[in-house]
Amino acid sequence: MRRMWSPALIVGLVLLGVVLVAAAVPGLLAPYDPLAFDFAHLTAPPSGLHPFGTDQFGRDILSRTIHAARVDLQIAVFCMIFPLLIGGSIGLLVGWQGGWIDALFGRLVDLVVTFPFLVLVIFFVAVLGPGLVNVYIAVACVGWVPYAKLMRAEVMVQKQADYVAAGRVLGYAMPRILLRHILPNACRPVLVYAVTDMALAILLGSSLGYLGLGAQPPIAEWGVLIADGKNFFTTAPWIALFPGVAIVLAGIGFSLTGDGLADLLRVKR
Amino acid sequence: MGRTAWVAARLLQMVPTVLLIGVAVFLLARLLPGDQVSAMLGDRASDATIARLHAQLGLDRSIGAQLLSFLGAAAHGDFGFSLSRRVPVMRLIAETLPVTLQLVAIATVLALAIALPLAFIAALNANRWPDIAIRAVFQIGLSSPVFYIALLLLTVFAAGLHWFPVGGYGDTPGAHFYHLFLPGLTLSLSFSAVVMRNLRAAILAVLTADYVDFARAKGLAARVVLLRHVLRNALIATVTLVGLHVGALLGGAVITETVFAVPGVGRLMIDSIFARDYPVIQALTLVLAVLVSLAFVLTDFVQMVLDPRVGR
Repeated sequence: MRRMWSPALIVGLVLLGVVLVAAAVPGLLAPYDPLAFDFAHLTAPPSGLHPFGTDQFGRDILSRTIHAARVDLQIAVFCMIFPLLIGGSIGLLVGWQGGWIDALFGRLVDLVVTFPFLVLVIFFVAVLGPGLVNVYIAVACVGWVPYAKLMRAEVMVQKQADYVAAGRVLGYAMPRILLRHILPNACRPVLVYAVTDMALAILLGSSLGYLGLGAQPPIAEWGVLIADGKNFFTTAPWIALFPGVAIVLAGIGFSLTGDGLADLLRVKR
Repeated sequence: MGRTAWVAARLLQMVPTVLLIGVAVFLLARLLPGDQVSAMLGDRASDATIARLHAQLGLDRSIGAQLLSFLGAAAHGDFGFSLSRRVPVMRLIAETLPVTLQLVAIATVLALAIALPLAFIAALNANRWPDIAIRAVFQIGLSSPVFYIALLLLTVFAAGLHWFPVGGYGDTPGAHFYHLFLPGLTLSLSFSAVVMRNLRAAILAVLTADYVDFARAKGLAARVVLLRHVLRNALIATVTLVGLHVGALLGGAVITETVFAVPGVGRLMIDSIFARDYPVIQALTLVLAVLVSLAFVLTDFVQMVLDPRVGR
């Protein structure tokens, strides 16, 4: 059967494309400097001049939302890539070696899953101090577990395959079999999960930004923008409303793309 | 194995886990870079002041001695004194934990009340418009940050329509429920999306199972088949999901409580971070992890009661 690109996947890719363009060339899309004050239009509702309105300093919400895309995309990538590399390596090693290392890994996973993810990340940020770099460190320390579990399970399946036995018979060294043969075959589910994980990373990053633990003002980040506007939500809802819509659309983009890729790449066994 | 023996064995298994949780929390707080005392006192504190507080907190002893006294005290429910509020940490936890537990319970009930009927509608109309519409709405819910949903609900239903209070907790059990309803609804939305997805898949799987064909073939009414066979089996999967999700709900409670000014453990945790109140943060992390492992045991138990195949 020919594999079709589902409508959901196309919607997801389009949304992701919008976020990517905004992150790549914010200066071309944004009508104003995100930090520029317009004292003639303080807390102005959406209009032709300011399509998303302005905040209490007259800063253009549309421009701030567009510029924030770069920060939030950076959060999505860094909160995915470090756990992916750490968890992937651990999973590869544990899945290949088995034995007592695997038993130890099982105990470690049992321990880590008892900590609520957000609480553990907040605990790390509390000890290290607020800020984006510390958020990345915290997520790297906490978020590798699902990647390791996925990679381990896949390596356990792959190492039974005939091509691994063939590689051994040919006298290939263990690292060569592991990295050149098993890894390319085992990494697919991990990579698909990584796309979906970036949706969660944006939710996490913006939540921490909102709480004051992530990106620090005056950096324009969607969660920080919403925190800026929260006290004006009844009088000037546009300040917080539009950055929130951006988070939701980016989140939908990543998760639809992830789900769509999973369907598209699913191997019929 | 009898049920009592099973529960006893399972609780006994928890002892090493809880011990490891304690060790992990202690080590993380000590081994991560940054000195708690300097952080608490600020840059201008003299070396003598720093040394005095070190001694007062017992930080000048060896790490093994510190670990043992931390675990020993924690086993008695003694987590030391809050640095910012000058009361025992345990008293703070005793005051705030019931609030959070109520919030999580309300959120769980609401999530199931939302997800169960919708999952049935979606599964019975699989890939037709009611299914697609329900899944699209839940996709949006799943992609919305908790604090944003909280702000929207707060603005519309509390500040705008005055149906609910803007925050707080109230004084009577009825008032507690009234105050916690909107926060609970906020917390329930993303969870109900997860439950709906899984339940829909579970119902679809059960609908094609042989025993359902058999029940239909022997002439049982569709309603009876749905309730007695499909619902019961789909619910077992949902119970597991609720158990696995307790941690995520507690994490979400941190954000929800902050937005709605609910005096629970989540808000206490965020306040303590900005007050650099490390004993409180450390104790809360430990207590929440222990709660999650208790929830795992409870889940296993409920599963055993519901599904006679488990635990035999």
